[in-house]
Amino acid sequence: MSAPGDFDVIVIGGGLHGCSAAYHLAAARLKPVVLEKHVVARHASSASAGGVRRLGRDPAEIPLAMASIEMWHAMRATLGDDGEFRATGQVRVAENVDELRQCEARAAQVRALGYDHEVVIDRKELRRLVPAVAEQCIGGLYTARDGYAFPFKATTAFRLKAEALGAVVKEDTRVEAIERSGERWLVTTNRGPFRAPVLVNAAGAWGAEIARMLGEEVPIEPVALMMMVSGRMPHFLDPTVGSMGRKMSFKQMQSGTVVIGGGHRGRVDPLTELTELEFQFLGESARTVAAIFPLMKHAPLVRCWAGIEGFTPDELPIIGPSKAVPGVFHSFGFCGHGFQLGPVVGSITAQLVTGGKTNLPIEPFRVDRFAGSPPQA
Amino acid sequence: MSAIDLAIVGAGPAGLAAAATAAELGLSVTVFDENTAPGGQIYRGIEAVAGPRARDLAVLGPAYAAGKAVVERFRASKAGYSPATTVWLVQKDRRLGILRDGKASMVEARRVLIATGALERPVPIPGWTLPGVMLAGAAQSLLKASGMVPAGPVVLAGNGPLLWQLAAQFVAAGVNIAALLETGSAYKAALPHLPAVVLAGGYLAKGLGLIASVRKAGVPIRRSVEGLRAVGKGRLQAVEFTAGGRAERIPAELLCLHQGVVANAQLGMAIPLKHEWVEAQRCWRPVLDAWGNSDVEGIAVAGDGAGIGGADAAVHAGRIAGFEAARALGRIDAAARDARAAGDVAAWRRHLRARPFLDALYPPARALRVPADDVMVCRCEEVTAGQVREAVRQGGTGPNQVKSFTRTGMGPCQGRMCGLTISEIIADALGKPVAAVGTYRIRPPIKPLTVGELAALE
Amino acid sequence: MFRRLHEPANAVTIQIDGSPVRAAPGDSVAAALLATGNPVCRQSPASGADRAPFCMIGACFECLMEIDGVPNRQACLVPVREGMQVRRQARPTPVGAVASPADKVAS
Repeated sequence: MSAPGDFDVIVIGGGLHGCSAAYHLAAARLKPVVLEKHVVARHASSASAGGVRRLGRDPAEIPLAMASIEMWHAMRATLGDDGEFRATGQVRVAENVDELRQCEARAAQVRALGYDHEVVIDRKELRRLVPAVAEQCIGGLYTARDGYAFPFKATTAFRLKAEALGAVVKEDTRVEAIERSGERWLVTTNRGPFRAPVLVNAAGAWGAEIARMLGEEVPIEPVALMMMVSGRMPHFLDPTVGSMGRKMSFKQMQSGTVVIGGGHRGRVDPLTELTELEFQFLGESARTVAAIFPLMKHAPLVRCWAGIEGFTPDELPIIGPSKAVPGVFHSFGFCGHGFQLGPVVGSITAQLVTGGKTNLPIEPFRVDRFAGSPPQA
Repeated sequence: MSAIDLAIVGAGPAGLAAAATAAELGLSVTVFDENTAPGGQIYRGIEAVAGPRARDLAVLGPAYAAGKAVVERFRASKAGYSPATTVWLVQKDRRLGILRDGKASMVEARRVLIATGALERPVPIPGWTLPGVMLAGAAQSLLKASGMVPAGPVVLAGNGPLLWQLAAQFVAAGVNIAALLETGSAYKAALPHLPAVVLAGGYLAKGLGLIASVRKAGVPIRRSVEGLRAVGKGRLQAVEFTAGGRAERIPAELLCLHQGVVANAQLGMAIPLKHEWVEAQRCWRPVLDAWGNSDVEGIAVAGDGAGIGGADAAVHAGRIAGFEAARALGRIDAAARDARAAGDVAAWRRHLRARPFLDALYPPARALRVPADDVMVCRCEEVTAGQVREAVRQGGTGPNQVKSFTRTGMGPCQGRMCGLTISEIIADALGKPVAAVGTYRIRPPIKPLTVGELAALE
Repeated sequence: MFRRLHEPANAVTIQIDGSPVRAAPGDSVAAALLATGNPVCRQSPASGADRAPFCMIGACFECLMEIDGVPNRQACLVPVREGMQVRRQARPTPVGAVASPADKVAS
């Protein structure tokens, strides 16, 4: 290092993906700096519902999710902290025969791709796994080794391990300009300049802004995904529960609180980085929860919030090298399901940085796949 | 659903005065009140203190009796009243989320006045979660609403006008006060503000009168009390402290704690309105213009929720907010508002002159603002001051990160009992001003809704 | 822990954990509780320690009780009604205290 602002890699964004990339880069003996405009895990990485889920993923994401789940199971050994990961399984309930058929079709599709982690369960097995489920639920899909973690703690675990290995994390450091200076990138921030030959764009909902600074247009829509949490409840549930037919993600955390998500959207103001909740949709969320878990009727909802997340038109993330400029690797736009992928995508990014290639199929996530499509309104 | 002109949250002096004023000027007004009868905390139960309870007025004193006129004027106006109604959300577009009869619904208003009053400042001492320890305001509330007083020996501890008022009320009711422990009053610091409090009229005489009546009754008083602890197995048995370098232990069945009141800013923070830290009162208050307007169009704040001024100031602030609502909605022009409000503006300013003296005289003690490591600061999640400091050492830079690290502020009170303490501890640990450290992001619902209650919202 | 300055006119009777408690119309459930010998309203969900009403103005959420079958109601804000059934709340069974079905599958 010749000057205080000189690093091997500049990672833009201190969320789970940025911190995971920083950890994997530092583990590969590089010196990364993470530039975070606010504080680590400010948006999607602390507002996430924390599902560690392979269940129901787009086929393109399955190979990555399969690799990532092994990293979640090994997290305590690799990071010294498991981010409160609990492998209590994930279930999607079917409330009618149509939905159960969809479960069977999905399991068959996954088997045809060469995987066996998603299995159909019947009424009896569903009740063994989820005793509190409502009478009309007749079965579902189940992945045993999935689970949930505490997003803030998982992100912090990556951050602390990365720092222990020599990575530097700069909070309250906002990128103002990026320019190429010889063989290196010069990133100007409110806290001075940073230089490195390689840039990683892990800026979440703001990833497209960073890409634009590099001359690369990516259609990203900032979306506020709403969540609710209950007060501490008596222990009644282990797996994370979703639904085949309704928008619901439902899990009881270690503290006894129940975290409820499901993709209901609030309003977002990307300039102030503030969100407003749309309570009529949370009303629908409450009706769904009451229908599938009748014991929740009197459960107190103590807080609702929304995290700002970047959505792409095909609801798949952007992963891989820039197609416009050298020495830039993207990892953003995870469309509300990037939490489980955090460990593996950080590792993929480190592989790309150090060796220019990865053994996992990331072609479906290439940054230029929307080229030619109409620009976002 | 047609929008009402003015939705008022809270039925204390500010809310009731604003409602009457605005309704008298022809606005359609609804006051949403969490309680079952108007009066707020300061005039709680004022309509019920009648018949067999009329003699309670002698115990409660003239400051309380003054609430009768405020409530009567409100009742005589055409303002609507929605009791037992919790406002759990106010949106920037002036839609209110309310909970009534176990069902959540939304109400639209052209204008919103937040008049949610004050909360007692938290008093984190060892043992403050023991049954038998409560806030002084809680005991006073029982006296106002139910005519109840402590059955056994009670210790009053802390500082501030309310502590002395409660002691005087207990004396009048024949309560066994084992001791009054003052955690420090700063007469020297308050002295420069003495002329102003005299000009404010009545405050000094009222305070001295309360102190004299407590002294005259022979209540044991200790000054400059430190190291206050509530002790007991599963229930308060005694209060321990040092005063003048001597350790003491006083057996008691009840300990009433108090160290002043702070703005109840929870609802405004959830919107969020812009807030500022007030060093003299060591609390947050919304940033408002001279007429009580916040930085969000059409949302105003009046009374103690806008910064502590006391009940008399709140009545005038409420009336001022009522005139301003009429102007903002086109009922009167600015000149008419100025003319009508002139008397209230003058009176409001006069009452506020008493504040610098009281704020300086009764500063919250440092040990209670920045407690020792072993003191529980978040009652809901049982997080200690030491755990908060540990989270700061691990990289927590503000209350929201510390919340994620420790669960402090994640319980049902959502930081009402710990928010100020957490900000103070973090600021102290980082060597930064509290204003720079900030406070929790407050999330709606500001009071828990059950799944069943929210499910009613279409 | 508290006594009344005078006996209530038109007293109502509520049940707290099955025992009759006399209260005045207009009392909150928390006030009625505090007029008994036992001020405890619930166990803390975090540690299980006994808690009692603390602020009496709806801010601290210490006085959560089960009232007429609905848990976690703020007893300081709910007025008494003749025949009301009130229960002190026990600490919720912590997560992990019961063996996980998923663990059984794994073993």
